[in-house]
Amino acid sequence: MTWSDIDAVVIGKAPDFFEGVMMPELFLADALGATGKPMFRVHTAGSVGGSTAIVASQLIQAGLHERVLTVAFEKQSESEAMWALSLPIPFTPPLHAGAGGYFAPHIRSYIRRSKAPDHVGMLVALKDRQNGIKNPYAHLHEHDISFDSIKESMMLWDPIRYAETCPSSDGACALVLGSEKVADDAMAEGRQPAWIQGTAMRSEPTLSAERDTVLPLGGALCAADVYKQAGITNPRKDVDAVEMYVPFSWFEPMWLENLGFAEPGEGWKMTEAGATAMDGDLPVNMSGGVLCTNPIGASGMLRFGEIAMQVRGTAGEHQVDGVRRGVGHAYGGGSQFFAMWVVGSEKP
Amino acid sequence: MRDIAIISFAQTPAQRAVKEQNEVEMLMPAIHGALGQVDMTIDDIGFTCSGSTDYLAGVGFSFVSTLDGVGPWPPIQESHVEMDGAWALYEAWVKLQLGELDTALVYSYAKSSPGDLPMVLTRQLDPITVAPLWPDTVSLAALQARALLDSGRYTEEHFAEVAARSRKSALDNPNAQLAWDRPASDVLAEEYHVAPLRKSDCAPITDGAACIILAAGDVARSKVERPAWIRGIDHRVEPIHLGLRDLTVSESTRIAAEKAGVADGAVDVAEIHAPFSHQELILRDAIGLGEDVDVNPSGGALSGNPMMTAGLIRVGEVANRISNGTANRGVAHATSGPCLQQNLVTVLEGEN
Repeated sequence: MTWSDIDAVVIGKAPDFFEGVMMPELFLADALGATGKPMFRVHTAGSVGGSTAIVASQLIQAGLHERVLTVAFEKQSESEAMWALSLPIPFTPPLHAGAGGYFAPHIRSYIRRSKAPDHVGMLVALKDRQNGIKNPYAHLHEHDISFDSIKESMMLWDPIRYAETCPSSDGACALVLGSEKVADDAMAEGRQPAWIQGTAMRSEPTLSAERDTVLPLGGALCAADVYKQAGITNPRKDVDAVEMYVPFSWFEPMWLENLGFAEPGEGWKMTEAGATAMDGDLPVNMSGGVLCTNPIGASGMLRFGEIAMQVRGTAGEHQVDGVRRGVGHAYGGGSQFFAMWVVGSEKP
Repeated sequence: MRDIAIISFAQTPAQRAVKEQNEVEMLMPAIHGALGQVDMTIDDIGFTCSGSTDYLAGVGFSFVSTLDGVGPWPPIQESHVEMDGAWALYEAWVKLQLGELDTALVYSYAKSSPGDLPMVLTRQLDPITVAPLWPDTVSLAALQARALLDSGRYTEEHFAEVAARSRKSALDNPNAQLAWDRPASDVLAEEYHVAPLRKSDCAPITDGAACIILAAGDVARSKVERPAWIRGIDHRVEPIHLGLRDLTVSESTRIAAEKAGVADGAVDVAEIHAPFSHQELILRDAIGLGEDVDVNPSGGALSGNPMMTAGLIRVGEVANRISNGTANRGVAHATSGPCLQQNLVTVLEGEN
C-alpha cells in the first residue's frame, strides 16, 4: 500500500504536555499523509492506544472508509513522566507520586483480599522481562534478569519494586485497518488478516464511593461486552492468548480476574502455576508487555497490534503456536478507562 | 446511512472570564440543560463523547475530571477527542451509525482566561521551525488577511461589513459576549490591531461550554417535534505550514462541503466558525454559499469564541433554527489549527 490507498488517519496519544506540543496531530498531519483527508485525534488517558484503534475500526464498520491508518505515539524522553502524571489539581486530593504511588494501594488491597503470596508480582516481572528479550522492538532487553535480581531491586512504592515497574519509553505504533473486501483480498494473496470480532470501551469516575478499584466494574462490563460480540462464553477456554496492559507486575493477576479469566481472588494462582507463560494454557504478554515498553499513548495500541500479530502468525520469536483468537486490552486513568478488542483468524 | 438527529442543544453564556467556577462547574449547566430539555438523564444516553484540550486547562488528563459532569456511574460507553466538540459529535454520529445504540451526548468546553490565548496557541505550531518564534494567532491570521487583500477578491470594507453584521446579529443572541449596532464605517475608523486586521475583525477571548444530544430515527421523533437531521458530515485537514497552502482559499473546507452534500439542496442558514472576519469570506466561498443564505445569525465566533466549543455551538445554532421552524436546511462549519487548517462541515435538515 501507499499513502494514496489510505482514506483517513486516526491518531492517539496521552497528554500533549509530555512532548510540549499542543494538539500535535495538526503539526503531524502532512507527515502522516493526511493532507486532503479526514484526520482524527483521540485522547482517553492510558487506554488511548486501544480506543484510537477502536475509533478507527468504527469508521470502517460504519461503511465510511475502506482503509484507515491508525497511529499512536509517545516521546516521554521530552519530559519527566512521573511528575507529568502527578499534576496538582485544585480541590482534588493529591494522591499521586507518579502512577506507581497511585496504584500501590490498589495492589496492597488486592494482596490483602486474595491472600496472594509476595512472590507473585516478581514472577510476573520475570516472565514479562524474559518474553521481552524475544521481542526486538521491546525497550528493555534484560538478559541477566533473575528472580533474585528483581527481589533485590529497590522498593519504590511498597509493594512495587523498581524491577516490577514499567520503563518510560519513546515509541510509536501504526496499524492499517481494512474493510471486509480489503481483508478478503489480503487473504487471497496469502496474507492472513486478524479479523476484528469485537470492540468495547467503558469509563467510570476517578473518585466515587461505589467504585472497586481492584476489580473495576467498568473493566468487567467492557470484557463482557466484547466477549458477547465475539461469541466467547468461557474466556479461559475460548481465548488462546492475551496482550493486557500491565504497567506494574501485580496488575496481571488483577486483570486476569477483572477480564473473567479467573474467579476473584484466584488470578494469582494462574500466574504462579505458569498458566500465563509462553508455554502455558493462556499466554499473557508474549511481547514483554508494558513492563518492557511503555510509550504511554502507544502502549494500548501495541497490545492491540501485538495480539493481531499473534493471530496472523507474524510475531517472530515471541510467536505462540495456534493462536486462533486473542484479546487486546488497555486501561487508563485511575483504573477507570477501558478499551478491548478480540481478534481472530476466522471472519466473524 | 442511519438517520441521526440533533434533539437538544444547550450552551453557557459566552464570557470573557468565568472566574467563580472550575471547568466541571462551568460545564454542568450545559450538560444538564441539554438533558433537561428532552427530559432525559445520563442513564438514557448510549454513548458519550467530549472535546477539550489540556493546554488550556493547564493540566494533563484534564478531561478526566470533567467527566464528573455527567456522573459516569454505572460505567458508561465514552470517548474523548483533543479537538473541538464538533469532532466529538462526528465520533458520536459514527458510533450511532453502527446501529447498536440510539442516543449520544456530546459536550465540549474551554476556559481560555487563565492564560494568554494567542501565546498558548503558538504551541500548536511546528515545534522545530515555527513555534520557537512564538507567532501569535492574530499575527498569523493577519498574514492570511493580507494575502486575501492582495488577491483582489476582497477589501477591508468587506472585512468591516462582516464584523459589523455579526455584532448586530448577536443583539438577538442572549449567549453572545460581544453585541453592538454600529456601521461598518465605524469599524474602518478603528486603528489597526495587527494590520490589516482591526480589533473588531477578531473574535473575543471566551470561556464557555456546550452540549448536544443526538438520537436515531424514531427515538429522535419521539423526543422532539422537529428533529434536526444530520444529512451529511465530513471533515478534512491540510498541512500546518502556511507556505504549503494557498491561504486565500480553504481547500479542506471545499472537500468537506462537497462530501457533506451542501450543494444537494437550498441552504437557508449557515453558521460558520470564523474567528476572524476575513475567514468568513474565505469559508463562504469554499462552502459555496449563495448571497441569499443567512450567515451567522447567532453572531458567530466574532461574538463569542470559546475554544474547543465554538464549532459545536455552530452545529447547535443551526439545529435550533431547524427545530424551531425558522429554517429547513442549514450548514454548520467548525475549524481548528492556524489559518483554517482543519475543517468540518455538516448539513442539517428538518422533516417536512
